[in-house]
Amino acid sequence: MTIDWAGFTPWPALAGGALIGLAAALFVLLNGRIAGISGLLGGLLERHTEGRAEKALFVLGLVLAPLAWVLFAQLPEPDFQVGWLGTLVAGLLVGIGTRYGSGCTSGHGVCGLSRLSPRSLAATLAFMAAGFATVFALRHLFGG
Amino acid sequence: MRKLTAFVAGLVFGFGLLLSGMADPAKVVGFLDLAGSWDPSLALVMAGAIGVALLPFTWARRRERSLLGAPMALPRKRELDGRLIGGSLLFGVGWGIAGICPGPALALLVTGYWQVLLFVFAMLGGMALFSALEHRRNH
Repeated sequence: MTIDWAGFTPWPALAGGALIGLAAALFVLLNGRIAGISGLLGGLLERHTEGRAEKALFVLGLVLAPLAWVLFAQLPEPDFQVGWLGTLVAGLLVGIGTRYGSGCTSGHGVCGLSRLSPRSLAATLAFMAAGFATVFALRHLFGG
Repeated sequence: MRKLTAFVAGLVFGFGLLLSGMADPAKVVGFLDLAGSWDPSLALVMAGAIGVALLPFTWARRRERSLLGAPMALPRKRELDGRLIGGSLLFGVGWGIAGICPGPALALLVTGYWQVLLFVFAMLGGMALFSALEHRRNH
């Protein structure tokens, strides 16, 4: 393993992480809810879900964040890694997987680990391991 | 009031994602690429988030109601089962392929990149498929 020091951005990463933690803290302290994006989104897709308005408004805030962001700074430019087929397959897997697994990076990785949930620790280890293995396979086994 | 705080929390969450680098697939894949030139930044995103959220969640776990009087809607399940692990593995494969997870996908939606639109469309399709299969299982 070599470290990509040129790409390493410790301060924005820590500050951005702190903001994510602050948002999750606000949501649980004030609304009593978990800021898990896949769970909120999945709940909104169900016919019956409690607290639909609060879930929808959290998601709306998240979706509108770039519009408020551009008032202060330039939006970071995303550098996409795969074509349409990869994007489609990835989206499907993320949709199905997060619902069966009851959470994603935010729900398990941030909120779950913060409340010391063994289920979330297991889920986080599983999706991280699968992520590492997938990138290894795509980049180093099959070339990329 | 709780509607307003939900909206503000979502907004702050989005700022955090945009600032942290989580909304850049190249950055995410760079973090997941242990065998290549590894970019450890996203480990610090996790550390920063948990560092801030740990105490509030510790407090919330012991409470019946939130500061605004809402019942604490925290998960109660305890068991580690195949659905949890299998689902999380599938999610991790998808995350590794595209370098996008649900939060950043939504935070990038209004930018209108076709990759984001297609990803969110497919993700919602996957979630709807899950709901349909669950509905079938329970009836």
